[in-house]
Amino acid sequence: MRITQGTFSYLPDLTDAEITAQLQYAIDQGWAIAVEFTDDPHPRNSLWEMWGLPMFDIADAAAGLAEIRACRDANPRHYVLASAYDASYGRQTTALSFIVHRPPEEPGFRLGRQEGGDRRIRYTLHPYAAGQPHGRRYTEASG
Amino acid sequence: MAAGRWNAGVIPYAEMGYYQPDYQPKATDILAAFRVTPQPGVPPEEAGAAVAGESSTATWTVVWTDRLTAYEHYQAKCYQVVPAPGREGEYIAYIAYDIDLFEEGSIPNLTSSIIGNVFGFKALRALRLEDLRIPLHYVKTFTGPPHGIVMEREYLNKYGRPLLGATTKPKLGLSARNYGRVVYEALRGGLDFTKDDENINSQPFMRWRDRYLFAMEAVNRAAEQTGEVKGHYLNVTAATMEDMYERAEFAAGLGSVIVMVDLTVGYTALHSMSKWARANGVLLHLHRAGHSTYTRQKTHGVSFRVIAKWCRLLGVDHIHAGTVVGKLEGDPSTTRGYYDTCRRSFVPADLSRGIYFDQEWGSMPGVMPVASGGIHAGQMHQLLHYLGEDVVLQFGGGTIGHPMGVAAGATANRVAVETMIKARNEGRDYLSEGEDILRAAAKHCAPLQAALDTWGDVAFDYESTDTPDVMPTPVS
Repeated sequence: MRITQGTFSYLPDLTDAEITAQLQYAIDQGWAIAVEFTDDPHPRNSLWEMWGLPMFDIADAAAGLAEIRACRDANPRHYVLASAYDASYGRQTTALSFIVHRPPEEPGFRLGRQEGGDRRIRYTLHPYAAGQPHGRRYTEASG
Repeated sequence: MAAGRWNAGVIPYAEMGYYQPDYQPKATDILAAFRVTPQPGVPPEEAGAAVAGESSTATWTVVWTDRLTAYEHYQAKCYQVVPAPGREGEYIAYIAYDIDLFEEGSIPNLTSSIIGNVFGFKALRALRLEDLRIPLHYVKTFTGPPHGIVMEREYLNKYGRPLLGATTKPKLGLSARNYGRVVYEALRGGLDFTKDDENINSQPFMRWRDRYLFAMEAVNRAAEQTGEVKGHYLNVTAATMEDMYERAEFAAGLGSVIVMVDLTVGYTALHSMSKWARANGVLLHLHRAGHSTYTRQKTHGVSFRVIAKWCRLLGVDHIHAGTVVGKLEGDPSTTRGYYDTCRRSFVPADLSRGIYFDQEWGSMPGVMPVASGGIHAGQMHQLLHYLGEDVVLQFGGGTIGHPMGVAAGATANRVAVETMIKARNEGRDYLSEGEDILRAAAKHCAPLQAALDTWGDVAFDYESTDTPDVMPTPVS
């Protein structure tokens, strides 16, 4: 499966030039650029690991792309996310966020159902990869 | 003040102090702009004074008991009457109400005063409440949206693009299981939300509990297929608050991120659901069912911009606010005014958008406007241009009527929105190049190609009823 979190997951994977254009748009808006990565793509995982601090003061998207490349090189079997943060009053939240790297295979999720007596079901979503400890996820052995 | 003010009998409202052209509105006053169409022979100032009187302290005759009060404080004051530009026989009457006239945090109280009696007044042929300035002092007595736009996005983990939805069709008659099928296909295909229609409550063909169970199976299956948070607006509208709470609690217990309610339930019930939604961490979607009966005609009723203000104050997370390009009423400038009213923290007066007063919202979160009714993927550039990014675009027929199926329809919409955002961010002139941008994206997406082939030429070009008096001056 293909996890479709992020702003551009329904499009073909963005090239580095296309990523740079998006970063430049964010910088031009006055937004900070952040790079994050994870091996737990549960949609409620709001705490992907930070690849350094957000870049608040960069003027050139090339610096952001360099961090994305470094993060991808260090974590080839993780998801990598580029995001832009708008600190302006009244917003103070993420303004744009898109996946810039994926593991070679995405095993997806198992949907758990706990059936109640009155047909009520409690649902839980488990990333298959999260069945392994950190560092052993998305390896060739775990699929 | 005129001599004989306290003599028993009937004297003009203007002479009773309800018309005060020298009055300087206070920062704490609630200000109203009414479009007044007086009966023949009634002077516009008297008509404005009558509106001020009947919507505040006055009755049809002099009462001595006024003198037991500081009546000048409680009297509403019509402080300006101007002819409506280009509209024979219509005037805009500006009226100031002291904040003490209103109970804190109560839309029913505010509306019972300002639109309570006065619309039936015989001396007027027609009356319309065009806009209200709610002072920040009064805004702060309301709790506002249970979550608001920022929290909704953080809750859903979706940023940087309009959200996408669809209303399940046919709106009436599907069994619960078939209904769940439509929800599943639309969500797995790429929509963020699906929606119950406003008149889906708990009919014999599908009771609410059954619908909720099948819809939530669909929501969770779609989350499994995509790794995204998905939602279905479960309509909790019912005959009593007890029924609505029962349905809403059941929805929350199943893990639904959102419930919906219709405007027909009334302001008190909406406000109660708003409190419930914040307490339970469930987004609250409002369908404005019935509003056109009083918002659409230019000389009568209450403008939707006022309804939108009331709903932001009492607190909803979503509100239907028009599409501009779809099948339902919606002049572009007027609709822009509604969207500003929902989303911005300060909305400046701008008659070309139908906004009569500066409006401060302070830190009250914005409401996510919803565009629904006759829109399709081929309009994505126009939708983004007119409506912006913080909006839910709802393609009902434009998803479910797709020739390749519901999921393909959803994918077409999702690819179209992501394509258009990408193009905008890259600095393209996406409004004028929109069709080319979509055609290029469709080369990699057969469902988008089919959507463009099916609906590319569909437009609803009818003249709007509810338009601003003042047209923007084109700048060359």
